Amino acid sequence: MSRFTVAELRERVDRIFYFDVSSGRSYESLIDALALLPRAKQDFALHWAAVAAQTHLEIGYLVILQAAEALRRMAPAAAEGWVISALDAYDASGIRAAVARLRDIDGFLAASGEPGSRLSLAAVEGRLARFLQGLSGRPLRVAAGEVPWTDTETVFVPSGIDAGSPEASLAAYKAIVGLLWGQTRFGTFNADLEAAFTQAAGEPSGERHDRARNWFPALEALRLTACVARQLPGLGRDMAVLTADLPTDLPGVREDLARPEATVAASLDWLSRLLDRAPPPGGLRGEVRPVAAGRVRSERIGRDTEILRKAIAGLMAALGRQGAGDDTMDIALETGSLEVELSVDGQVVSLPPEGRAAAESLVQDLGLIPPECMTPAGPGEWKPTDRQDPGPTATMETHADALYDEWDARRGAYRRQWCHLYLHRVAPGDPAFVVDVRQRHQPLIRQLRRRFEALRGEDRILRRQPDGDDLDLDALVAAIGDRRGGAEPGERLFLRRSRTERSLAAAFLVDMSGSTKGWVNEAEREALVMLCEALEMLDDRYGIWGFSGWTRTRCDLYSIKDFDEAYDDRVRGRIAAMEARDYTRMGPPIRHLTRLLARQPARHRLLVNLSDGRPDDFGDEYRGHYGVEDTRQALLEARQAGVRAYCVTIDRHGADYLKRMYGPAAYTVLDDVRKLPLKVADIYRKLTS
Amino acid sequence: MTTDGAVLHALAPELERIAEEPYYHAAGGEAALFEAAAVKRLPVLLKGPTGCGKTRFVEYMAWKLRRPLVTVACHDDLTTADLVGRYLLAGEQTVWLDGPLTAAVRAGAICYLDEVVEARKDTTVVIHPLADTRRVLPVEKRGELVRAASGFMLVVSYNPGYQSVLKEMKQSTRQRFVAIDFDYPPPEVEAAIVARETGIAAETAEALVRLGGLTRNLKGQGLDEGASTRLLVHAGHLIAAGVPARSACEAAIGRALGDEPDIVASLDDLIAAVF
Ligand SMILES: Nc1ncnc2c1ncn2[C@@H]1O[C@H](COP(=O)(O)OP(=O)(O)O)[C@@H](O)[C@H]1O
Ligand SMILES: [Mg+2]
Repeated sequence: MSRFTVAELRERVDRIFYFDVSSGRSYESLIDALALLPRAKQDFALHWAAVAAQTHLEIGYLVILQAAEALRRMAPAAAEGWVISALDAYDASGIRAAVARLRDIDGFLAASGEPGSRLSLAAVEGRLARFLQGLSGRPLRVAAGEVPWTDTETVFVPSGIDAGSPEASLAAYKAIVGLLWGQTRFGTFNADLEAAFTQAAGEPSGERHDRARNWFPALEALRLTACVARQLPGLGRDMAVLTADLPTDLPGVREDLARPEATVAASLDWLSRLLDRAPPPGGLRGEVRPVAAGRVRSERIGRDTEILRKAIAGLMAALGRQGAGDDTMDIALETGSLEVELSVDGQVVSLPPEGRAAAESLVQDLGLIPPECMTPAGPGEWKPTDRQDPGPTATMETHADALYDEWDARRGAYRRQWCHLYLHRVAPGDPAFVVDVRQRHQPLIRQLRRRFEALRGEDRILRRQPDGDDLDLDALVAAIGDRRGGAEPGERLFLRRSRTERSLAAAFLVDMSGSTKGWVNEAEREALVMLCEALEMLDDRYGIWGFSGWTRTRCDLYSIKDFDEAYDDRVRGRIAAMEARDYTRMGPPIRHLTRLLARQPARHRLLVNLSDGRPDDFGDEYRGHYGVEDTRQALLEARQAGVRAYCVTIDRHGADYLKRMYGPAAYTVLDDVRKLPLKVADIYRKLTS
Repeated sequence: MTTDGAVLHALAPELERIAEEPYYHAAGGEAALFEAAAVKRLPVLLKGPTGCGKTRFVEYMAWKLRRPLVTVACHDDLTTADLVGRYLLAGEQTVWLDGPLTAAVRAGAICYLDEVVEARKDTTVVIHPLADTRRVLPVEKRGELVRAASGFMLVVSYNPGYQSVLKEMKQSTRQRFVAIDFDYPPPEVEAAIVARETGIAAETAEALVRLGGLTRNLKGQGLDEGASTRLLVHAGHLIAAGVPARSACEAAIGRALGDEPDIVASLDDLIAAVF
């Protein structure tokens, strides 16, 4: 393949940065950067620039500008990792971080090394996250950071480690997360560290202060490795690499910090004696950042205190101890290692799970339960924090009811907690709508009901079974006859009752995007009425939701009818009130309903989507390929969770993407909106008979 | 149906009597509660995760109260006939065979229906008249109403963590029972149980219990349940038989809890951290 000419390059670059064809200098420099590359490298640069530009144009530019250098120094596969790490940096920290990552090819290479022995965080993120969850029992996220450190809620680790072999690299990752978990578990932040540095250095800033700050992580690594090794010897062995580089001539330090009684104060005590020596480089031990950690920690302590107080108050109320006037009560919280035991008047009572988790979290942070948790305050003092789980990323997305990952097909990776889902109830509208639909379609409704009635599970008696609930008298008489006549009697002499149980739960997910305004919306609502009228003949559990939204930060799910709700006037009113709104980001509602369906006590689970077109959202990134691929991924997840998905659409061009998303034979394309009301119930019947 | 003048026989299965005191480490007042329920002829519901000692507790109580014990592991193919009884053919006669429930009712035994929600709903309705003051079992096929002997006691177990996803215990059923909560014992107690059951050293038992705690932290993160006391006991048995601790845990705990390679790898990480 010959290399692209300048003219061809112009055309291709234009296509990527279409709105910016002006002849600015940066544009020419893009062409210059590409012109002399061999074709394979031109292809690489153009492809990945296009991918990156969908996230941010600036990243696309830089990919082209840096491609030659990157490809000179690493294999294409590694260079892909370089682009992806920049996109991750953008998601995590914004454009500046992404630009810095792309420019720092050295840094990327240093963190990566020879292919084969380098382990990237992406490859082990899930595993490390579960490891941490196992160790800590409270959420501790894993994320990539420049150096290892923790704010006590997220542990930041390098985006790649090369320790000579994949096994050694994994061990190093475990050692790092073990250390950072150890900091949160064994009280590294249990002291005012900044004040302690200042005291040891005799100055609030300057060289000695810096030395104190930099010696501290090394001392804590010694102490924490010993703490961990006492409980988890295997992990302790992995953590030994963290302190292997420390000078051997630190008389008494290792022994002192390895004492079971040594707390963070012991590490701080040593600081003043070490300030004459240059601290060792942080390496895998990374840094301790007291300010950031302190902020997160005190927020969490406040939150946990609140939850625990609430839990205790709830318990008191349940025990009939509500009201401030009751001063006969004697509450005590007993803390063993981490286990927390609550007793009232000497009687042990058990906390609800969220209260227990909060209590254990407090013991990890403070080593004790703050006394204010036990003030038997009246219920009026509790802040109504109804959201029980503020979620791991409560800092940014405080209000979303749920966060969902989204599949980014270009990167071949999930964007974590990317979509913010909000749950709403539709305010009931005019029930006259339903009355009208019922009247207009009465004959059809009657027909549907008859057909649905035939689906009802009924007891069937199976005759002549080898085993069963009852004797089959006919068979028995025949057998006795056979025997008397000298023939071999049959052995299938029983009746068995077999119930064709339906045990089915169905969720209907209805497109409420702007494009449905008018006929489609009306047809959808009519279809729902017909469906409900018919479904009332069965015991199937079913629910109805509408969805819409505007970008990943606002995905809306409207509940029309919950699984356990009856099809009553309120539901009918809500159906009437469904209206066309904004866009169609399909992944989050699918993922949410999958979760709800999975909880339904039914053997078969069905998700039926009514739509009028492809997944679509504001902004170019989602539209097209990206949206289709994420929807497909969400449906794959659903299938893995035991949910069968089916789509009914009126988009006549639907076949191309529907097959990709739902797979063959899992969708119906209607050629006319007016058929929707007549068809949906019928399709459901076919799907479930 | 007495062709040739043959007599209609009735058969009953033999009931287990527990001769030796089963080892049971009590968590709190559960034995006293159970005894009170036995005196007052109330049925008992044992709630708790799998493998935390419910079955052992019932065995212990049966021994203590000196009553026979009939245990039925429920599953979704369990029919009413499996519980109540059925006609069998013997030669040219039909012979009635009491099911385990009927046998327990007649003999005044403790009948333990393990994981009761696993049984089909239409099966469990037969226990309703046994679980209230009537204490009778209608055996429809024989047109017989069997009155429970005085020692009869109905005990059922269910696992709230697991069944909330797929199965629910109907209110009409559960409201008939005295409920006793079970959970994994506190660490020291659990370690004592594991050591006593398997004969391994106390420190090894403590390490197993620590591992159990770590896996329980993974509940809901790819695991439906963490390692139960039962699994810790299994691992302890393997260790006692000379299997190295890590391999024993990988086999008895890691592979037993998870199938997915990711989850198994994570469990192995936790095992490697502890040993
Ligand atoms: N409190 C206990 N005392 C003695 N052994 C126990 C206790 N709890 C659990 N075990 C051990 O755990 C195993 C599993 O307990 P089991 O009673 O079968 O659980 P469940 O019936 O709750 O599923 C028992 O065989 C026993 O070895
Ligand atoms: Mg059991």
